[in-house]
Amino acid sequence: MALPNKPVGELKAVRDPEVDKRDVDVLIVGGGMAACGTAFEIKKWASDDTKILLCDKAAMERSGAVAQGLSAINTYIGENKIEDYVRMVRNDLMGIVREDLIFDLGRHVDDSVHLFEEWGLPMWKKSEEGKTLDGKKGQKMGTLKGGANPVRTGKWQIMINGESYKRIVAEAGKLALGEDNILERCFIVELLNDKDDPKKIAGAVGFDLRENKVYIINAKVIMVACGGAVNIYQPRSVGEGKGRCWYPVWNAGSTYTMAVRAGAELSMMENRFTPARFKDGYGPVGAWFLLFKAQTLNGLGEAFAASDEAKAELEKYAPYGTAAVTPTCLRNHLMMKEYKEGRGPIIMKTTDALAKLGETMSKKELKHLESEAWEDFLDMTCGQANLWCATNTEPEKKDSEVMPTEPYLLGSHSGCCGIWCSGPEEDWVPADYKWGYNRMTTIKGLFTAGDGVGCSGHKFSSGSHAEGRIVAKSMIKYLKDNPGANSFKETDEELVDMVYKPVRTYLDNCDYSTDETVNPHYCKPAGMAMRLMKMTNEYGGGTATYYMTSGKSLEILMELFEYFREDLEKIAAGDLHELLRAWEINHRLYTVQAHTRHIQFREESRYPGFYYRGDFMGQNDDEWFCFTNSTYNKETNEWSLKKVPYIKIISD
Amino acid sequence: MPSFVIAEKCDGCKGGDKTACMYICPNDLMVLEPNEMKAYNQEPDACWECFSCVKICPSQAIEVRGYSDFVPMGSSVVPMLGTEDIMWTCKFRNGVVKRFKFPIRTTPEGEANAYLDLKGKDLDSALLSTEEADGYVFPVPTELV
Ligand SMILES: Cc1cc2nc3c(=O)[nH]c(=O)nc-3n(C[C@H](O)[C@H](O)[C@H](O)COP(=O)(O)OP(=O)(O)OC[C@H]3O[C@@H](n4cnc5c(N)ncnc54)[C@H](O)[C@@H]3O)c2cc1C
Ligand code: SF4
Ligand code: SF4
Repeated sequence: MALPNKPVGELKAVRDPEVDKRDVDVLIVGGGMAACGTAFEIKKWASDDTKILLCDKAAMERSGAVAQGLSAINTYIGENKIEDYVRMVRNDLMGIVREDLIFDLGRHVDDSVHLFEEWGLPMWKKSEEGKTLDGKKGQKMGTLKGGANPVRTGKWQIMINGESYKRIVAEAGKLALGEDNILERCFIVELLNDKDDPKKIAGAVGFDLRENKVYIINAKVIMVACGGAVNIYQPRSVGEGKGRCWYPVWNAGSTYTMAVRAGAELSMMENRFTPARFKDGYGPVGAWFLLFKAQTLNGLGEAFAASDEAKAELEKYAPYGTAAVTPTCLRNHLMMKEYKEGRGPIIMKTTDALAKLGETMSKKELKHLESEAWEDFLDMTCGQANLWCATNTEPEKKDSEVMPTEPYLLGSHSGCCGIWCSGPEEDWVPADYKWGYNRMTTIKGLFTAGDGVGCSGHKFSSGSHAEGRIVAKSMIKYLKDNPGANSFKETDEELVDMVYKPVRTYLDNCDYSTDETVNPHYCKPAGMAMRLMKMTNEYGGGTATYYMTSGKSLEILMELFEYFREDLEKIAAGDLHELLRAWEINHRLYTVQAHTRHIQFREESRYPGFYYRGDFMGQNDDEWFCFTNSTYNKETNEWSLKKVPYIKIISD
Repeated sequence: MPSFVIAEKCDGCKGGDKTACMYICPNDLMVLEPNEMKAYNQEPDACWECFSCVKICPSQAIEVRGYSDFVPMGSSVVPMLGTEDIMWTCKFRNGVVKRFKFPIRTTPEGEANAYLDLKGKDLDSALLSTEEADGYVFPVPTELV
């Protein structure tokens, strides 16, 4: 051990950082798919003198969920009816969704997909003979916009060669917005409300990850789009592999935490996502089910999902369970039943699927198919490819295990937690679902998109981009109607004190003990991360209990959260990387607190397979066929929850 | 499968003020040790194995090795990112080698059309700028309850 104690990281933190003050009209927080959409669209509507700033904690070229690429665009309407898109989302999410938001997204999403193709994203096409052409060969068929046929693996999904998806989309966004208006490696910590109107947004504070600098930003309108949340529950991996979550380890719930702390109303935060994926590597299974038509069997070799028992189980969740496509949570639920009754593990029969396809295919076609199977991993989950290599898994010769992951929170994939937002100002939208500006939260001037917008899952990469563009236009409208200056009550000094408190705690106390991580005067982010995940895993329905929780467990969890929140006052950071981790843990806490408070409030188990309230099993439509919304008051540390009526817009 | 830097191959990006791996890692993991001028992954158990650093390193100094808690040893997955394609070499534990090549983009890098000259006209409509320019007819739902 090296004494005296010193910070481990290379970029040491100092007690008094430089202060960089910005005064802008529009602030975009995040640089993912949604924010890239906003960056592309906003200047097309803004007057030339509008000041716009985008802050991303990472480099836009590879930030957010699409960093390593994707192998499919999961939302492309094409020849389908938008109403059917709404019906699909509604059924998958067990009936309670905002149909206005979903329909609105459905009518814009294809335009973003057409732009991606124009920018250079290779899209698979169908040849005249109905054969599959990859994105390069497919170019000769023309563009999707020009009427070429995409390769669909499901009704809504189209295949791409998407290794550089994020690089391409970020490139267009950055060009459109201009490099000078972008701050990368800037982590936003907190949003600030107007000093005269606490229901209005006025700015944000953050810090630089490369130099000791705090950003204090005054803004008239803000979009927060920082993705969803991961590592709020103990991952299944125990050591080095903790980074291998399905959801990207760097999205820390900043969207939900910053919004709720600014007073915005959250909705459906109980709705989590625990996808079933290839075990350990968490590689995608969609192509295996849809493209290669593979089956999953239980440990006894039975096709459990097609059994009479499974059908009877699904009937309990009619009409969703009995629909043509079984909702994602119920598919997990059927797997859970196998595990709990001792019929695990669940095996994906890749061997049978490829053998069957081989019956009708030439050797060359089969070789191509094999390469498609590997591309599915290499484009978006490289680590799964390595796991197959390490375990000598050639999918035509050896099957693989599938298992549901730990819980994540997100609003753009097959989950719908998020912020309660206004829908479009149109006649067909119920009055209670619109308050002036499309996708504005319940805080004036605060907007969100992508994973941030609640009650409207299944937008995916393309929909998140389109939604970011919708928000760009809405924000400019808001700005035109609200041009006046605003300001927040916090002084520069107070804000710097808040953001750099972990650094000062470290510097004040690090010499007390002879081990810089074990010190009674402070806690470190690494330890706090473990502590948070242990308590949610055990009491909040993590993998430890097969996603089961109860009123009493949640009561204990709330007490543990309170100790945790108090202890966060003593979190310490010796370097800038650790300061990032300290703030991420803070964001994770409020997000998972909102999540479990919603589970506590909703006394039913609407999403079996994602989580269960053991004391309220099954759906209770009489009491709970409604949205659940929450707010938090940061002055008093009080949460409030309420029911909000669901209004059906699109017919069955 | 955390990334690691091969000491001999890393030249610290020739002492530039920012290294490629530090620039790109979405989780802020790669850092440069300024005395040795070599990079390293400062938190291997927070690595998503996204390969962003591997793909960007100009010296091919970064690779990944399977996570110690569940990946048997001996395999490797190595990308080579070009301007139009990516090449992958996947080596199995038992010695099998598979190579794949996939397209990554169909336009030259830096030339995505950002529609810099396009200005929207009607701020009150719900059309996005390119939809407006294309004369997109805006659908409203017809199959209502
Ligand atoms: C594993 C996985 C597979 C997927 N597969 C597909 C697929 O095949 N097809 C498909 O269409 N979609 C897929 N999706 C969905 C798609 O990736 C998301 O819907 C989309 O990326 C959401 O966009 P977003 O902008 O809301 O969030 P993200 O794209 O995740 O962006 C979040 C951004 O916020 C930044 N950020 C976070 N916190 C802060 C902070 N405090 N301050 C500043 N910046 C911050 C991040 O750096 C990042 O730039 C997949 C998602 C995952 C996770
Ligand atoms: S990008 Fe490669 S050469 Fe440059 S510092 Fe990182 S590891 Fe070294
Ligand atoms: S593989 Fe990805 S997460 Fe891991 S160090 Fe490299 S860039 Fe960072």
